[in-house]
Amino acid sequence: MPIQYYIAFAATLFCIGVVGVLTRRNAIIVFMCIELMLNAVNLLLVAFSKMHHAAALAGGGKNVTTGVEGQLFVFFIMVVAAAEVSVGLAIIVMMYRNVHSVDVNFLNRLKN
Amino acid sequence: MSKLVYLVPLFPLLGFLINGLFRKSLSKGLIGVIGSGAILASFIVSLVLFFDVKSAGAALPVEPLFTFINTASFKIDFAFQVDQLSSLFLLIITGVGFLIHLYSTAYMHEETEAHFGRYFAYLNLFVFSMLLLVLGANYVIMFIGWEGVGLCSYLLIGYWFKNSEYNYAATKAFVMNRIGDLGFLLAIFWLLSKLGAVSFVEVFTHLDKLTPGDITAITVLLFVGAMGKSAQIPLYTWLPDAMAGPTPVSALIHAATMVTAGIYMVARSNALYSLSEVAQHLVTIIGLATALFSATIALRQNDIKKVLAYSTVSQLGYMFIGLGVGAYTGAVFHVMTHAFFKALLFLGAGSVIHAMHHEQDIRKMGGLRKYLPTTHWTFLAGCIAIAGIPPLSGFFSKDEILAAAYAKNPVYWGLGVAGAALTAFYMFRLYATTFLGNFRGTHEQEHHLHESPAAMTWPLIILAVLSIIAGFVGVPEVLGGGHMLRSFLAPVLVTEHHPEIEHSTEYMLMGVSVALAAIAIIIAINKFSKKPQLEEPAGFGKVLADKWYVDELYDAIIVKPLNAFAGFLKNVVEKSGIDGIVNGVGRFVQYSARQLRLLQSGQVGSYILFMVLSMVVFFLVYWNQAMITHFFQKIF
Repeated sequence: MPIQYYIAFAATLFCIGVVGVLTRRNAIIVFMCIELMLNAVNLLLVAFSKMHHAAALAGGGKNVTTGVEGQLFVFFIMVVAAAEVSVGLAIIVMMYRNVHSVDVNFLNRLKN
Repeated sequence: MSKLVYLVPLFPLLGFLINGLFRKSLSKGLIGVIGSGAILASFIVSLVLFFDVKSAGAALPVEPLFTFINTASFKIDFAFQVDQLSSLFLLIITGVGFLIHLYSTAYMHEETEAHFGRYFAYLNLFVFSMLLLVLGANYVIMFIGWEGVGLCSYLLIGYWFKNSEYNYAATKAFVMNRIGDLGFLLAIFWLLSKLGAVSFVEVFTHLDKLTPGDITAITVLLFVGAMGKSAQIPLYTWLPDAMAGPTPVSALIHAATMVTAGIYMVARSNALYSLSEVAQHLVTIIGLATALFSATIALRQNDIKKVLAYSTVSQLGYMFIGLGVGAYTGAVFHVMTHAFFKALLFLGAGSVIHAMHHEQDIRKMGGLRKYLPTTHWTFLAGCIAIAGIPPLSGFFSKDEILAAAYAKNPVYWGLGVAGAALTAFYMFRLYATTFLGNFRGTHEQEHHLHESPAAMTWPLIILAVLSIIAGFVGVPEVLGGGHMLRSFLAPVLVTEHHPEIEHSTEYMLMGVSVALAAIAIIIAINKFSKKPQLEEPAGFGKVLADKWYVDELYDAIIVKPLNAFAGFLKNVVEKSGIDGIVNGVGRFVQYSARQLRLLQSGQVGSYILFMVLSMVVFFLVYWNQAMITHFFQKIF
């Protein structure tokens, strides 16, 4: 499959994520949209990694790697995202306990 | 020996510094002693120099003090030149100056210490500048002195600075002098650009390098300077207004010394002037016009100092006639005699004003002969001298000028004699109204009338004696004299024009002028001693009393349009134009800051939105760089 399809798909996912972050006020949904953007990036990384590996093989080069560098990045990002989710969810839970709401605009008391 | 020269201006400068800096701590007596003593010391040194020059018969060798301006193309030394002309002026300035300083110690005695000190400091600074003017060996040093005396004149006219009219008079004098100074300055620049030199010696030895056009331009521009300083038409109106200053100041600056700076400058540049027909005619005609015009104004003035002021303008006109027709000695001679008798008349007027408690209107005087005998006799001597009755000094000097004018053109002589008769008439109108007849002031004033103290009468007596005898240094050949002054000045005034007149003609000329003056005197005394002009003038007399409306004319054609233009610049260009731009920039920054501040809302959502939007813009720009460059190229 041509790389453009992957790029278009990832870009669409990313845009959905961005729009979600911008428009929604529910902290959980905002959080999910952030994950969406992260995964859009992950998808691209994997796609480009695969593309470069295929190109290198087709060129008949000598020191061709195994083609997993992009996937390594993805795993890193997934691990970091998992850690982030646990912290983020904990914050949201604490927030709900304190103000009985998960509306992000409700927490603007640090303004000014 | 030549180092002695530097002492002459040094003493007044020291006097100025001491009196100026310590005026609040010195007593009046000490200030007077320092101020007068400095001038006396200068006078003694000047006497020594004068006799040195006289015995040497040539300019004294003087080393330049330092290099004033040094550039690749020219070099100007701060140098002094002591020759016959400058040593004579030194004597006049320091001699008459000392007498006037002495007189001032008594005249200004009512002032407080600080103001008394300020007065003497200014007066010393004036004498210093004047000495610089006549001692300078080049036009630039002369110009420094020229500006200095203008400044001191301004300071002293506005000495009573709490009176706004006096300040106006001072400003007027300064501004009119500046107009003349511009001419002088342009002449200096012209000389520098054509010759690369400004020292008198160099300029007068390289005259062949100048074209006739250059010489005419330079001489006319120099004469513009002289017009301003020496109060000639059209720049004369400041001098009568300058009478706002204390009377001794009028005597020193506006009669004896500063106003004769123009005559000194033209006489000094005689080698230049004699090469330009145009300039000589211009000088003669302006001089003649001024002499007659201001004499007519003096006929109907009622302020004792104003009469003398217009008389000064008129006498300066005579000096310029002399310069114009090539009688340089005659002009310098008249400067000298005029310094004596006009200083005497002003100081006499000061004595009268002092006795009358600052009353200057002659209609309220009369009969002062009884109360002020010394002032009366000395004033009378001054009047006879200025009227040109032999053997007093004014006769010899004025007659020399008139004889030279006759040789040039009899019409000049005729007008000059008419002016001389007017002079005799208005001076004796002044004398008769002030000193003869009955006292017309208040009873209280009459009670307080008293002769002035000795410090005021002695200068009067000395000046009266000088006014009477000074003429004998210049007795013309026809009367059996050798004319000492002419032979003394001959080495400097090289281009002097000696008129060849028959002796019989010369006798006739003298006879006519003396007879006319005598008739004018008799008419004036008969007319005004019994019945002075007390009523307000009407008809033509009113035109004369209002000074031909020249001040009003200048006001209408120069002052008012200038003020209107300045008002336009101030109210329109400055207020709405320049201020508008400056304030507009400030307001724009404030406004845009207020608007931009709203962006920082504290809403995280909006920040993210901006971030996303700017990224979108960034990508668009990045991908369309070529297109945007093309777009900008189209526009610019």
